[in-house]
Amino acid sequence: MLSITRTITSNGDLTSTVTIAQALVFASPIALAGLAGIWAERAGVINIGLEGMMILGTFGAGWAGWQWGAWAGVLAGIIFGAIGGLLLAVAAVTFGVDQIIAGTAINLLALGTTKFLAILLFTNAPGGGQAQSPPIKGKIPVFTLDSIVEPLTALHEKGIFFVSDLAGLVAGLFYNMSLLTIITLLLFIMTSYLLWKTAFGLRLRSAGENPWAADSLGVKVVQYKYAAVVFSGMLAGLGGAYLSIASTIYRNGNTAGRGYIGLATMIFGDWRPGGTAAGAIMFGYIDTLRLIDTGNQNVKGLILLGAIILFTIGAWMLRSSRRNTAIGFLLLGAVMIGAYFSATSFPPEVAQVAPYITTLLVLATASQNLRPPAADGVPYRKGEDH
Amino acid sequence: MNLRRLATSLIAPAIGLGVSLAATAVILISIGANVTVIFSSMWNYGTSPRAMTLMLNLATVYFLSALAVSIGFKMNLFNIGVNGQYILGSLAAAVVASNLQLPKAISITVTILTAMFVGAAWAGIAAWLKVARGVSEVISTIMLNFIAVGIISYLIVRTSIGTETSVNIRGTKFIPESGMLRGNAFIDPDTKVYGFLIISIFVGVGYWFLLNRTRFGFDLRATGKSASAARTSGVQSTRMIVTTMLLSGAVAGLVGLPYLLGQTGSYNLQFPTEWGFIGIAIALLGRNNPVGIAIGAIFVAFLDVSSGQLVLEGVPREISTIMQGLIVIVVVISYEVVRRNQVKSEQRSVARALAKQEVSA
Repeated sequence: MLSITRTITSNGDLTSTVTIAQALVFASPIALAGLAGIWAERAGVINIGLEGMMILGTFGAGWAGWQWGAWAGVLAGIIFGAIGGLLLAVAAVTFGVDQIIAGTAINLLALGTTKFLAILLFTNAPGGGQAQSPPIKGKIPVFTLDSIVEPLTALHEKGIFFVSDLAGLVAGLFYNMSLLTIITLLLFIMTSYLLWKTAFGLRLRSAGENPWAADSLGVKVVQYKYAAVVFSGMLAGLGGAYLSIASTIYRNGNTAGRGYIGLATMIFGDWRPGGTAAGAIMFGYIDTLRLIDTGNQNVKGLILLGAIILFTIGAWMLRSSRRNTAIGFLLLGAVMIGAYFSATSFPPEVAQVAPYITTLLVLATASQNLRPPAADGVPYRKGEDH
Repeated sequence: MNLRRLATSLIAPAIGLGVSLAATAVILISIGANVTVIFSSMWNYGTSPRAMTLMLNLATVYFLSALAVSIGFKMNLFNIGVNGQYILGSLAAAVVASNLQLPKAISITVTILTAMFVGAAWAGIAAWLKVARGVSEVISTIMLNFIAVGIISYLIVRTSIGTETSVNIRGTKFIPESGMLRGNAFIDPDTKVYGFLIISIFVGVGYWFLLNRTRFGFDLRATGKSASAARTSGVQSTRMIVTTMLLSGAVAGLVGLPYLLGQTGSYNLQFPTEWGFIGIAIALLGRNNPVGIAIGAIFVAFLDVSSGQLVLEGVPREISTIMQGLIVIVVVISYEVVRRNQVKSEQRSVARALAKQEVSA
């Protein structure tokens, strides 16, 4: 579908090496936030505080990274995120308060604390300011495999249907690949294995599906919930650290709602790592096209791509006899095609809101098929029935 | 019994405030600030006529925001979308009001209705998604907030709705004086108390009346207490969800108006966009009770206004955001602890009464 769009729009940006590489950079923090959401919610704790934990992570990375280097920044980001996670665990698991309220409070607290500390710690630091840290020292290793990237990029520039697009996609995976992105990928694989293939994972998920039954079988539900929520904080913190390191400084508001987007990717990934990663990559891809948009053509390409995807889903649904939804999709696709041909370019705001609209669309059409953990968001107290 | 209930409902916020003040003091000490100097400077500035005026003005905004949130809370609906609803409502109100040349009363009525309509419509999307498609309103309202920000920046930056209102700031055309509600400088001679204060008091009274004196309010509270019991007694839950969300959105639409009509007269890109979240905190603090919310709004506004003074003492004003976050988390925890103790003590008294009966029998 991408190649069709690329061919029609003759916009090489859509599948270029740089675009793909950059999309991965944008996608990783969102993916980590989504993964963080999976851990908490699989254990039955809704984590709206992801945004706050990410903010803590960006701050930790900026503060430690500026003084002791990038790896120290990563570590501090993880620790700061874990503190946020611990706070949520204390409020939601020990005291059993409403998880959405607890999460909202953590977001507020993280925002205030980091802005407060930024003023105190960075204002007089060399190269820092009231709202940003000095540059993070050192770098996380970045790999480029020239022997793969160069020939494939050359192939991409020839503009052959499909072949060139595939070349661009593959080359993007080997161009400026950060070690942190690789770690993110490994964390996804580890999560799939740990949560779905081990006894530990089964117990953790049982705490999110039916904690009372789990307790009756001897699972230490509270401990599992604590472990899951704190680890969730660590992952969100790592996502925040990734953001700071990618932009080389901590800046107020650097997360820009990515914690919430992570939450959204988790939901339409059906609380599973694979779908969550796919969602995050989509968000990263849209973000990239918006930001590297030189001739205002990328957004236009995105709209066509969206229309083609809608038509495909619509056609598929028509076959599986879900007529109303299918017609909705086809109509929306038609509107987008119309928009594509009637306008010469689209403002970047369209791409700015596209991820959120996509999330709403996916939720609106698929929420009946999504299956969140059965006891997600339900406070649990040992010995108390529900 | 009533006195006892009042005491238990006051004890949790009291503990919450106490603990968060103590925690704030610890933070201040740890950064080497003098706590007594800081608290007394906050108090001294906060009680000056000018600060009192600013506090009332901000409290008007917070009060409306918290009312909007608490209408949803009463039915276990989380309207996290107050932000999006009020910025769109304010923008629409600004556009409409700036094109009106009518007597004040009519102009302001039209402005208010516009804001309420747009706020309700935006919340209506979330309501529809919930009842028709089963999408949690928490997620959909968060997404709608982001979409609202995008729409507004598009309208102001790229369409003729926005003009250059002052150097490098784009916003809507200014509202003519006949459409403004600037208020009255009755506390401090140089700062006016927003005229919208009176309207928001009416909204508060209306909220109380609707919830406690109407059939709808009864159904709403019943659904919040037990959705299944309400359904069995004939309450249509989907209709309740939609109406509640629309009402919440309509009140949310008003949140920006005190400031728009009392101060700026134009919606520009620097219009505050975060007043919705604070409403959640205040609704919790006030236990969804209009009087409680009013007190909570004044208290939080006091923190915000008086903390502006702290820069002079070398303390960033963000300390007030930290305090607000602390208050929310400590207050909800202490509500829960108080509730558990209450249940326990009730169970004990029942057990005691039963034991006595057995002995006598």
